[in-house]
Amino acid sequence: MKKRVYINSVGSVSAQKTFENTLFLEEITSYNDTTMGVINPNYKDYIPPAAARRMAKGIKMSTVSSKTALDEAGLDNVDAIIVGTGLGCIDDSEKFISAIIDNKEQFLTPTRFIQSSHNTVSGQIALGIGCKGYNYTYVNGATSFESCLIDAMIQLQLEEAENVLVGGVDELVPHHVNTHRLINHIKKIPVESAHLLASKTEGCVMAEGAHFFVLSEKKQASTYAELIGVRTYNILAQNQLAQTVTAFLKEHELSSDAIDLVVLGYNGDVTFDPYYDLLAKGMFADTAQAYTKHLSGEYDTAGGFAFWFASKVMRTGTLPAVAHLNKVAITKPKTILLYNQYRGEYHSLVLLRQC
Amino acid sequence: MGKGIAITGMGVISAIGNNVEENYESLISKKIGITKISHIDTVHKNDIMVGEIPTTNSVLETQLGLSPDSWSRTSLLAVIAAKQAVTNAGITDINAFRTGLISGTTVGGMDKSEQYFYEYFENDKTWHHINGLHAGDSTQKIALSLGLKSSFTTTISTACSSAANAIMLGARMIKSGQLERVIVGGADCLSKFTINGFKTLMILSDTYNTPFDDNRKGLNLGESAAYLVLESDAVVAKENKKVLAYVKGYGNANDAFHQTASSDNGDGAVLAMEQALKVAGLSPDSVDYINAHGTATPNNDLSEGRAMNRVFNGKVPDFSSTKAFTGHTLATAGAIEAVYAVLALQNNVIFPNLNFRTPMQEFDLLPETELKQKELNVVLSNSFGFGGNCTTLLFSKEA
Repeated sequence: MKKRVYINSVGSVSAQKTFENTLFLEEITSYNDTTMGVINPNYKDYIPPAAARRMAKGIKMSTVSSKTALDEAGLDNVDAIIVGTGLGCIDDSEKFISAIIDNKEQFLTPTRFIQSSHNTVSGQIALGIGCKGYNYTYVNGATSFESCLIDAMIQLQLEEAENVLVGGVDELVPHHVNTHRLINHIKKIPVESAHLLASKTEGCVMAEGAHFFVLSEKKQASTYAELIGVRTYNILAQNQLAQTVTAFLKEHELSSDAIDLVVLGYNGDVTFDPYYDLLAKGMFADTAQAYTKHLSGEYDTAGGFAFWFASKVMRTGTLPAVAHLNKVAITKPKTILLYNQYRGEYHSLVLLRQC
Repeated sequence: MGKGIAITGMGVISAIGNNVEENYESLISKKIGITKISHIDTVHKNDIMVGEIPTTNSVLETQLGLSPDSWSRTSLLAVIAAKQAVTNAGITDINAFRTGLISGTTVGGMDKSEQYFYEYFENDKTWHHINGLHAGDSTQKIALSLGLKSSFTTTISTACSSAANAIMLGARMIKSGQLERVIVGGADCLSKFTINGFKTLMILSDTYNTPFDDNRKGLNLGESAAYLVLESDAVVAKENKKVLAYVKGYGNANDAFHQTASSDNGDGAVLAMEQALKVAGLSPDSVDYINAHGTATPNNDLSEGRAMNRVFNGKVPDFSSTKAFTGHTLATAGAIEAVYAVLALQNNVIFPNLNFRTPMQEFDLLPETELKQKELNVVLSNSFGFGGNCTTLLFSKEA
């Protein structure tokens, strides 16, 4: 018999003021730009200044976010740490590369190279809390975070672990932004947050963030929701999407009518948003719909923000108006489906249930 | 008692051979692949030795029917090895079963990223490499080259245990029923990034690496790609598949000691080995051969040796490191050594730990230095990485 999997806590550092875990988008920060950095917590409250000095931003954001999640779950340690990241602490990677080129492979120091290891965040969290358990890092573009969820579910269902810390983190850094601007993956013209979906231009508004969660086999007072299922698909043709979603729901003995809220990964890219339209105007036309990337921006682990958002909606029973996409009203949703893809690749479906 | 997951195919390209047969020939004839570097123009070329694959990118591109400078070398190597594995497993319709792909890499497309870092802004002919910095990009290229659609694919990057962890995840996903078949392994090419990175850590040897030798001076970086096909019992039965060996056990633990160094007593390594034995339901004395991580750095070999002594209570089975042949191929180490473990089981041989002369002062462990014929039933393989990441895999002849 399969064990249940509960989301017992959340932690977020994002382009909104989400590091204050008691809040849920009461106060919205609006942007009119092509990139969005995070609203930084006071890192000194979490990390000794001496340690923070050379620490990559990805590690800092993750330290805050993971500590928030561990605290809320009432845990000092976990059985497993699983982190997803598209690019790791890429600021250090870029600085190490430029130093190699600029200094002709001389006078280099190891810190930036060490922090360039994709698994530096999961390793640092393990070091910080003294966790000798399972420690994985997924680096698979826009399904990096969702890969963590799949792994964590197997951990809990095969009884390999009781409490798993999962997270996703990515940094926003200049060289990466500038190169992705060249190939139109990032918008050329600034767009106001509220008008993201009306921009009708190519590319996304690129951002950063760190989201951590404790997934457990036991429900407790802090539990947000039950995680029912996660699937990822490397590529999907548009004409396969509806049947893929139907098949996924059927695996969990659900039909599309059973979904109270669908959270869609719209990022304002005119070329690839039609994937979401297919569901929004198709099988979920009469279902309440939400979107989040005007709040979080786009990055490989932006799925972490959507997962945080859906967890908060489940816990509070309310859908913030700022994220409401259509006119179908919803209170106290029982079942939430998240769908995300990036540039027609790296598709994911995540299903949450009230508990 | 854990039941093993069937291995039905494998493929590899490394400094000692372009396929499984060539790698085996080199291993049994002591033909090493460590040379001066030839494909990368680095200022360190006179003071390092590497395990470089002799084949140039342009030959690999021709082999894959690609135009020049299409992909990162990591992707080129990966697709070649993954296709070998799929062919070896006798797979004709890749989407016939619920098939996944799990690949480990540390550098991904770093070779092109470092080459075009500034040129991107001057030359639009380089722009197709921009997205290649994503480690997941190499995995997607393998998936599409194999014809995988609507499939579970992911990439693991836990430094030098990446591919070992890919194998472990693949076994767990079959065990949990999420996949019926999965291609697992990893790929990493040489790059200035890793050469200079390891140089700053001062763990590169200026000569042939000497695992478990008291005078060891460090590692030789290498490059390789290796993939294995794992299939569920149901698929094996239905397709009447020949099983090469089984993934019998696995364990992953964290040393939680230091970001780049292993603890003195190898706590993480002990936990990983113990967990793998527990998953397999085997006692330490059932292990016939250990293919050690054995990078030939002062830190690794001491820590791993102490860990082996702890797990096996001073009675360490025959062991060797094959890194003197291939160099340390980073993410791929766990996959290439998984292929070697299967070859050891199939042929009942222990591969020699080359370049060993002087026993280490800290303990009396002596690696096997000559090719040794011995009936093997269970082989243990270690892979350890930065971030304290420790993985052990157990391979067996019987399920």
